Amino acid sequence: MREIYYEQIKAAVKQCVLKANLELPEDIEAALRVAWAGEDSERARGLLQIMLDNAEMARQQRMAICQDTGLVAVTISIGQDVHIVGGDINEAVNAGIREGYQEGWFRKSVVTDPLERVNSGDNTPAVIHYELAAGDHFIITVLPKGAGSENMGQLTMLKPAQGWEGVRDFVVKVVKEAGGNACPPVIVGVGIGGNMEMASYLAKKALLRPINRRHNKPRLAQLEQELLKMVNRLGLGPQGLGGATTALAVNIESYPTHIACLPVAVSLGCHATRRSSCEL
Amino acid sequence: MAKRLKAPLTDDEVQSLRAGDEILIDGCLYAARDAAHKRMMAALEQGQILPFDPAGQIIYYVGPCPAPPGKVIGSAGPTTSGRMDAYTPALLERGLKAMIGKGDRSREVIAAMQKYGAVYLAAVGGAGVYLAQRIVAAAPLAYPDLGPEALLRLQVESFPCVVAIDAHGNNIYEQVRLKLGSPANKEEQDDKEQ
Ligand code: SF4
Repeated sequence: MREIYYEQIKAAVKQCVLKANLELPEDIEAALRVAWAGEDSERARGLLQIMLDNAEMARQQRMAICQDTGLVAVTISIGQDVHIVGGDINEAVNAGIREGYQEGWFRKSVVTDPLERVNSGDNTPAVIHYELAAGDHFIITVLPKGAGSENMGQLTMLKPAQGWEGVRDFVVKVVKEAGGNACPPVIVGVGIGGNMEMASYLAKKALLRPINRRHNKPRLAQLEQELLKMVNRLGLGPQGLGGATTALAVNIESYPTHIACLPVAVSLGCHATRRSSCEL
Repeated sequence: MAKRLKAPLTDDEVQSLRAGDEILIDGCLYAARDAAHKRMMAALEQGQILPFDPAGQIIYYVGPCPAPPGKVIGSAGPTTSGRMDAYTPALLERGLKAMIGKGDRSREVIAAMQKYGAVYLAAVGGAGVYLAQRIVAAAPLAYPDLGPEALLRLQVESFPCVVAIDAHGNNIYEQVRLKLGSPANKEEQDDKEQ
């Protein structure tokens, strides 16, 4: 039985939220550069240049890439042979966020009750998911997500007969309705299958995959490419102010589903999609 | 060449702006987002005065990060403006001349902008550090208990925006939506030609 300590988890979560909020992932920055080169419109180029400059400034000056440092979604992949000692694992995660958000001078964007709406003051609690499997691994992944893009996500329960076509139409519709709100160019996370909550979970998981890697199932990889072309044809462009780059990538994740179901969820990640991962 | 603007804005200045114009703002902005707007509306409903007179002024929809040591303000990019739509016409009626945010506005807001003469400016969402560099002073003005949603008075220099919706109802977001597919058509043709 491998032992992992409360303090280790807290420290790792803290490092992850600091890194995520200060350093734009390399694959996203590279895609923004490619997008810049591919824009004809001067306005679109100018906006992409500001996004690139901003990422550089954030890294150098240790200031948050975006002021909306988000509600933190934390996924912990944990082996069944791991034993947590020294305290409550959920508390360790929240303590790491509390310290990271304090130290990084990040905005505290969490309210304790969705209707009363009083700020919790320390950006906790996080939304925590556990993925339990065989082994003794312990991997923490954080996705601090801002509301601009989060609010534009959608879920639908399609009829199986709607098939590929239905999925395509829904994904394009969601990106179109998001307009400039989700801070395009966006990363489109698509979850297909499972049940209601699984589809949403998969859409979020899709945002965690580097955007330069396509799905390992050829048909889904092809659908990703096709959908990217389709959403870019919308012409929304950077910030929804027009241009060739509405999305940097479409990432799909899928799961088996019921004979009568075809759930599809879309979660949009903004151009400042922040993620970070750490293995203990 | 970008036009320069500084509050208080005159009607002539506002009327002369066109959707698509690039703007650099100097001077004063009022930072307010959801919760501060809600409080301002409650104040108006109760017949109280607002923490500032909106006449001629510019509101920036922002909830910044706390200022790190040695900085005036933390990251400070725009938030989604649509959430303020319900509150905006009442402020336009009281002379507010410009709003800065990101994303499209409602039909009601655009109509009120035409009626009272105001513009909506888009700043680059997600460019929090870049935009914070253009803020040279920040002072709390009201509602400090709202934390990141408190009302602030900011001083800016060369704060970059684009006129997204002008006082004549021209709207870039709408133009982009109507043109939907112009790059698409081009690409479809390309596809056919290949
Ligand atoms: S959508 Fe993303 S980049 Fe835009 S303001 Fe929100 S967190 Fe920042």
